[in-house]
Amino acid sequence: MNEEKINLLKDKLKSFEIEYADATGTPQLVVKKENVVSVGEILKSDEDFKFDMLIDEFGVDKFTKNERFEVIVSLWSEKHKDRIFLKIKLDTKNPVMPTLTGVWKSANFNERETYDMFGIIFEGHPDMRRIYMPENFEYHPLRKDFPLMGIPSSLDLPKK
Amino acid sequence: MSQQIFDKLKSNDPEIKQSKLLKSLESDDMAKHFDDPLDNEMVMNMGPQHPATHGVLRLLLRLDGETVVKALTEIGYLHRGYEKIAESCNYHEFIPHTDRLDYLQPVANNVGYTLAVEKLLGIEITERCKYIRTICCELGRLESHLVAVGSMVMDLGAITPFIWTFREREKIQDILDIVTGVRFTTSYTRIGGVAQDITPEAIAAIKKFIDEFPGNLKDTRAILDRNRIFIERTQGIGYMSKEDLLQWGASGPVLRAGGVERDLRKDDPYLIYDKVDFRVPVYTDSDVLARYYVRIEEMLESVKILRQCIEKIPEGPVRTIEPKQVLPGKQKIYTKMEELIYDFMLINFGITPPVGEAYQGIESSKGELGFYLISDGSGHPFRLKIRSPSFTNIQTIPVMLHNCMISDIVAILGSLDPVMGEADK
Repeated sequence: MNEEKINLLKDKLKSFEIEYADATGTPQLVVKKENVVSVGEILKSDEDFKFDMLIDEFGVDKFTKNERFEVIVSLWSEKHKDRIFLKIKLDTKNPVMPTLTGVWKSANFNERETYDMFGIIFEGHPDMRRIYMPENFEYHPLRKDFPLMGIPSSLDLPKK
Repeated sequence: MSQQIFDKLKSNDPEIKQSKLLKSLESDDMAKHFDDPLDNEMVMNMGPQHPATHGVLRLLLRLDGETVVKALTEIGYLHRGYEKIAESCNYHEFIPHTDRLDYLQPVANNVGYTLAVEKLLGIEITERCKYIRTICCELGRLESHLVAVGSMVMDLGAITPFIWTFREREKIQDILDIVTGVRFTTSYTRIGGVAQDITPEAIAAIKKFIDEFPGNLKDTRAILDRNRIFIERTQGIGYMSKEDLLQWGASGPVLRAGGVERDLRKDDPYLIYDKVDFRVPVYTDSDVLARYYVRIEEMLESVKILRQCIEKIPEGPVRTIEPKQVLPGKQKIYTKMEELIYDFMLINFGITPPVGEAYQGIESSKGELGFYLISDGSGHPFRLKIRSPSFTNIQTIPVMLHNCMISDIVAILGSLDPVMGEADK
């Protein structure tokens, strides 16, 4: 994405209070969680950007005092062959964000994975179940406070 | 109807009257089932141990007769928590783990991961190294596509092509044995280079292989391309529209068979893909047969790329000289003091990239394989996210399975070619 296009993007999204960052050559937009669905819809439908593929969506646990959970969304425009990242910062105590499955259906599995691994809840998701871990598992393993060795007896052994 | 049978049975002798079967038939629940057996939908469980699911993928199917009404995929049976492990490894230590992601083409995973780390570090690798890595990526693609084609047609009932494609795959593994020193779990790349230089012997072996391979592939194609059984079982099966494929995030041959020309080798070039001449095969039918053709043609393109790489490969070092980030190599450690110190520091404390985030996606044989790295300046990745193509492609299964027959399921799964090691991470 060139400079000109980023300026155009800034112009189109100026009503949403977006911060701009850079992830080694790829633009990264820091979006507020209330706006993420509307920003997503604009990015997807606008002819100048046309980000029609959601490549990935995943969580990050910052594990600092003031900020903890973040969700990063990776988008690809098939028409313009461009890549962009969205970053959404979430509450520490109550990590909830609106789902993106309404905009890109492929967010489905990725959001389930993020829920499974970080406990981030996506409001309005059609199938909010764990994807890797069993349903009765209580913890969220990719959180930084989950030990690498696991928690003994957190998983039931198979019954005889 | 069932009531009449019940009455008939009731009038018979007391032995029948007291039988367990009759008692259960008379209970309300069972009577409901027997009213019209075709009226009911059945839930069937396919996998995780089914041979056609290529690993441990579980499908839950709601069937109406033999037609799939609704399907649900369950994954996670091979979840090993690699993203968690990565947070406690240093950057080099994670390379062997990438072998176990997509175990059909371990070399390409190595390359993808190291490219991401190099992007984070800002290292430029040498020209010869780029060529070697491209050769490895293409060998990996051949390796993986051969399994994909072979196992798909085996699921459809043809054993011969499976044996033939595995014979070719075996030759590739012999080449990898010469190039990397290992047949299977290669761990060949190093950050800033590769483990060892490619030898003239290896180049000769690759040359011999690519001279023979198109002819051998022709044999496989001769059995399949005009085979009526094969075509009838694959044509029009597993259709998914172009819009749906984009919406569900499919990538790789699945997407290209649906008429979308998305190949990261062309769209977002890495290594030397912008310098070699090749074509991206695209079909518009978006069915199992189209995916088969895309894979076959991609293999021939890979051979083309390999030939160009072998002709053009320049002389020079294979590792960047960047003592604080790149391992110096064994020869230098044994003979030079400075290098020994750097090696000690690198092994004990690891590479420390600057604080930042980097993403590198490569076009693996199954689609976009990406690594998103977040560094906090320490020796371990703060977060490593693996974007695996199989994980996302599995999402399309329920859409493709809608209204197909049970026997088509194996064809569709084979055409998607999911590898669970990668999908479950």
